[in-house]
Amino acid sequence: MMDYFLLLISAVFVNNVVLAQYLGQCPYLGCSKEKGVSIGMGAAVIFVMIIATPITWLIQFNVLVPLGLDYLQTIMFILVIAALVQLVEMFLKKAVPPLYSSLGIFLPLITTNCAVLGVAIVVQREGFDLGTSTYYSFATGLGFMLALILLAAIRERLEISRLPLAMRGVPAALVLAGIMSMSFMAFSGMI
Amino acid sequence: MLTSVLSLLALGFIASVVLSVASRVFYVEEDPRVEAVSEALPGANCGGCGFAGCDAYAAAVIQDPSVSAGLCCAGGPEVAAKVAELAGKAAGSAEPQISFRRCVKDEGKVKKKYEYQGLDSCAASAQLQDGPDACKYSCLGFGDCVKVCNFNAMYLEGGLVRIDPEKCVACGACVGVCPNKILEMIPRRARVQVFCSTLDKMKDVMNVCEAGCINCGKCVKKCPANAISNAEGNIRIDHVACLAYGPDCEEACVEACPRSILRLMCHNSVAHKAEAAVAAAAAAPEQQPQATA
Repeated sequence: MMDYFLLLISAVFVNNVVLAQYLGQCPYLGCSKEKGVSIGMGAAVIFVMIIATPITWLIQFNVLVPLGLDYLQTIMFILVIAALVQLVEMFLKKAVPPLYSSLGIFLPLITTNCAVLGVAIVVQREGFDLGTSTYYSFATGLGFMLALILLAAIRERLEISRLPLAMRGVPAALVLAGIMSMSFMAFSGMI
Repeated sequence: MLTSVLSLLALGFIASVVLSVASRVFYVEEDPRVEAVSEALPGANCGGCGFAGCDAYAAAVIQDPSVSAGLCCAGGPEVAAKVAELAGKAAGSAEPQISFRRCVKDEGKVKKKYEYQGLDSCAASAQLQDGPDACKYSCLGFGDCVKVCNFNAMYLEGGLVRIDPEKCVACGACVGVCPNKILEMIPRRARVQVFCSTLDKMKDVMNVCEAGCINCGKCVKKCPANAISNAEGNIRIDHVACLAYGPDCEEACVEACPRSILRLMCHNSVAHKAEAAVAAAAAAPEQQPQATA
């Protein structure tokens, strides 16, 4: 039980996928203008992560390792994640149309999100078993959503503040991201 | 070497089979006309039609027989005609509208209550006792409406917002964002309009503004079409009724107004057109045929 709690703290705070591992920066800066949009993106990423990680884990241990094709890991994983996101899109469009239209353009954007590939590879490196890797990917997704919501909350307030013209919009967001990353460094060494 | 090639091929093949099967299983029936209408719409997602974006309006106009084909104000008449053709409906003639600022605080020489040094935003300044102007219902001049306009139709000049009639598509975004509610959507053909939004009356108005409407109600009584009312605190003109009544009243309301705040919309007024006609006739008397007997 304690292990699971430590894994959660590690994935969300100590090794936050955006702020400590520097993965998934594009949606982090692109979808963090409003809180509602951030929550939607975070939910979509969690959804894809918890489906992609077990499938890639199974492929790693049932196809790649027995055939000695470890070096094809990156390509295989990308292929699987891309196909998976397409499948998820089709399923959502048929089964839950309101959710599909509210996620909108975010779902295909997740295909090339390196946070998803990142967590699939990290669980291989850490040597987790199937259950633990799924749980870890869920916790990673939570960390991603947390980082997005925090940035969105600050950016919403910056929108109506007086900033120098050159700093408005993305420049301020980039500086903010750097400062947030520094503040999350306070968690390092906790576990 | 061979195993790697074959295994990648196999995985790709399996993925493509799964996806093509899935696209049949999860096939969603989509009317191709919806896509065609989406293409025809301007894609600004301004919300002026009352739907959540151009795609939502495209779906609604095709699927719902009661939705008019002429709701897209941003596209104008050409888009309305195209949409009507695709949807198989008559292009409804929506009265073209334009946004209008009901405040002339520059003419009224309205003073400031205090010096404001806060956020550059109407919404922010309106929270401090309804703004820095002595009149609580004035245009605050920080340009929240300018920022929200998707069509660059608004700009600030002399502390007041101005509206470019060629760019305004009457989407209504500015009307919603103004904290003092001084922007109003009126028909482009409107003949008269009150240039003030104050809810105050008489002395309260005269103390703060030399031009403002005192809500005396003379125009309400004078209008033969009963198109003017002051039931909601400020003067409201029902432009549809006014236009329907026609020019016979000779804009009696304008003459009745003691403050001259209910004014002719010059380019539309009958009186102005009559003057122009007289001037044109005077300029070319020889071409006038004999007057009808």
